[in-house]
Amino acid sequence: MLLIDDLHASVEGKEILKGINLQVKAGEVHAIMGPNGSGKSTLSSVIAGNEDYEVEKGTISLSGENLEDIDAEERAHKGIFLSFQYPVEIPGVTVTNFIKTAINASRKAQGLEDMPAKDMLKNIREKAALLEIDSKFLSRSLNEGFSGGEKKRNEIFQMAMLEPKLAILDETDSGLDIDALKIVANGVNKLKSKKNAVVVITHYQRLLDYIIPDFVHVLHDGKIVKSGTKELAHELEAKGYDWIKQLVD
Amino acid sequence: MAYTEEELKKELETKEYEYGFYTDIDSDTFPIGLNENIIRAISKRKEEPEWMTEWRLNAYRSWVEMTEPEWHNVQYTKPDFQAISYYSAPKKKDKYESLDEVDPELLDTFKKLGISIDEQKKLAGVAVDIVVDSVSVATTFRDTLAEKGIIFCSISEAIKEHPELVKKYIGTVVPVKDNFYAALNSAVFSDGSFCYIPKGVRCPMELSTYFRINQAGTGQFERTLVVADESSYVSYLEGCTAPSRDENQLHAAVVELVAMDDAEIKYSTVQNWYPGDKEGKGGVFNFVTKRGICHNRAKISWTQVETGSAVTWKYPSCILKGDNSIGEFYSIAVTNNFQQADTGTKMVHLGKNTKSTIISKGISAGHSQNSYRGLVQVQPRAVNARNFSQCDSLLMGDLCGAHTFPYIEAKNNSAQIEHEATTSKIGEDQIFYCNQRGIDAEKAIALIVNGFSKEVLNKLPMEFAVEAQKLLEISLEGSVG
Repeated sequence: MLLIDDLHASVEGKEILKGINLQVKAGEVHAIMGPNGSGKSTLSSVIAGNEDYEVEKGTISLSGENLEDIDAEERAHKGIFLSFQYPVEIPGVTVTNFIKTAINASRKAQGLEDMPAKDMLKNIREKAALLEIDSKFLSRSLNEGFSGGEKKRNEIFQMAMLEPKLAILDETDSGLDIDALKIVANGVNKLKSKKNAVVVITHYQRLLDYIIPDFVHVLHDGKIVKSGTKELAHELEAKGYDWIKQLVD
Repeated sequence: MAYTEEELKKELETKEYEYGFYTDIDSDTFPIGLNENIIRAISKRKEEPEWMTEWRLNAYRSWVEMTEPEWHNVQYTKPDFQAISYYSAPKKKDKYESLDEVDPELLDTFKKLGISIDEQKKLAGVAVDIVVDSVSVATTFRDTLAEKGIIFCSISEAIKEHPELVKKYIGTVVPVKDNFYAALNSAVFSDGSFCYIPKGVRCPMELSTYFRINQAGTGQFERTLVVADESSYVSYLEGCTAPSRDENQLHAAVVELVAMDDAEIKYSTVQNWYPGDKEGKGGVFNFVTKRGICHNRAKISWTQVETGSAVTWKYPSCILKGDNSIGEFYSIAVTNNFQQADTGTKMVHLGKNTKSTIISKGISAGHSQNSYRGLVQVQPRAVNARNFSQCDSLLMGDLCGAHTFPYIEAKNNSAQIEHEATTSKIGEDQIFYCNQRGIDAEKAIALIVNGFSKEVLNKLPMEFAVEAQKLLEISLEGSVG
């Protein structure tokens, strides 16, 4: 589904990604781990099509289609979803209104009419229940005054609504207490299917106790230096990132 | 961007070229310039009584002595007041047989605004059968209003039919000598609306509905007088979200509201006059004086959505004369390209326990300048006066400006005055967040702007809020860079 080939990317002239290779197939869960500054968030931004980042070399393709000339919103229409590490606030725009707008924008891109209000409402209710979100939350302004946990839960709620092919969860565990972590992980697990794929970007192994990855990759200085199965995450947790450094050196 | 502005530009350019500044030259147009004879002629043409003629002349004599204000934060070339014709015959509009003949771009704009087919026809000047249709609708309205004793007619008609009411109230809220433009308007006002709600009557409909169907085209010097007698209620809406195609460059309207004891007036405005082209050429100068007076326990609420005009100078205000009276001002002012707006309100607290609320939302894009200017004044007798003001500015890009000029004068120690102000910029991170959810940049801006303006949009009559929301989107189209 996702194929990244020798990806080099920079921001403000500084090279961050230095040759990433990654293949994610439908039905798989991949975890990308790495210390701060290794390029984890850059990778997610580049896949999502953030224009602040310059792709210097290499390709990203989704289901065989090269994403090079495709805008961020079109990538979203094609099924890429990014759960942000720091979701932005949009004052005055409710959670409900925002997701409605997003869904109808994607439908429009596919040549479909707006989703009928009744279906939308039903869908919202179901997905909110899945993530144990109450209805008052839905009429609050997007991310305004949300706690860290509420922000992340809202991201996963949007993911549930948009039903992406490829979901990238960027540090979704940061700022979550253990209860919220379980709810979020549980939500993600329920949304997993043979048709979609999940890339979990995380600093710690903790989240991976709940979302079990098929593959774990370690990112270091803009490159994937080690790949393995879920045991790699445990090993990393036990030995620390210095172990990776030594390995590379 | 191909929607209204381009099309309006084209239309207005050709119109200007064809007719110049003075509307249609026909036998009914007065010579240009202003003097006492012209005033007398206007009054005579309108078959006004002697007192009205004298009133106009008095205003003219004051105006001659006055100078155009310069304290505002806008720059423009002052109009040559002797180069304007102050009376012209009702405007001739092109008539079409059906909507098929109307410029498709205009129709597209109407569609974007969600204006009904019937209204589209009316606004585009499609002829006859439709008009018959709306006339009958209008007649029904008129009957309903008449049953309740509500008077709603043009000010010219009111001067003739209800002289005692007009004479009693006109110029009492905005005195003839109030300011340069008000004096000019008093001398030469072309027409406008008059509304009287009798004691204890609650006007059964938004006067907007009636107004929009009946709209005869706003005049250059419009005069509006709304009187709500004791314990009555009226909601009045002026303007239209559809782009106004007016070739008059100078507009100087006066609106006076009188809310007697326990009365409530809700006055909503949507202003979308030609803002000039992308380079800042052309566009309407809009110099408006709007003021209401509240007697005991009365309430006046101004809500405005201003997206048009090249230059706007406007401060809908409330004189809280009566004890326990309430004044409210809710405003959204959008400026794009080279538009300039200096707008706000004055809340003058005279009575005891008077309350006022000001919510002002300014949105600036392009090279535009958007200023909020407000005065909260608490007079010595106004015990326990309270005011809350909130002025928020939203900037798009880094070439535009937002300014806030709040003035506070408290002459009574018991006054409670709060002022909050924020300035924010639409961030690239917000846009990217929306993009990532499949929402394109234009739509993202619309969403952010609507969220920003929500508190004010919520104050508009329901059906109008939807149109106003779309109008905001259209006004900011093409401002993403």
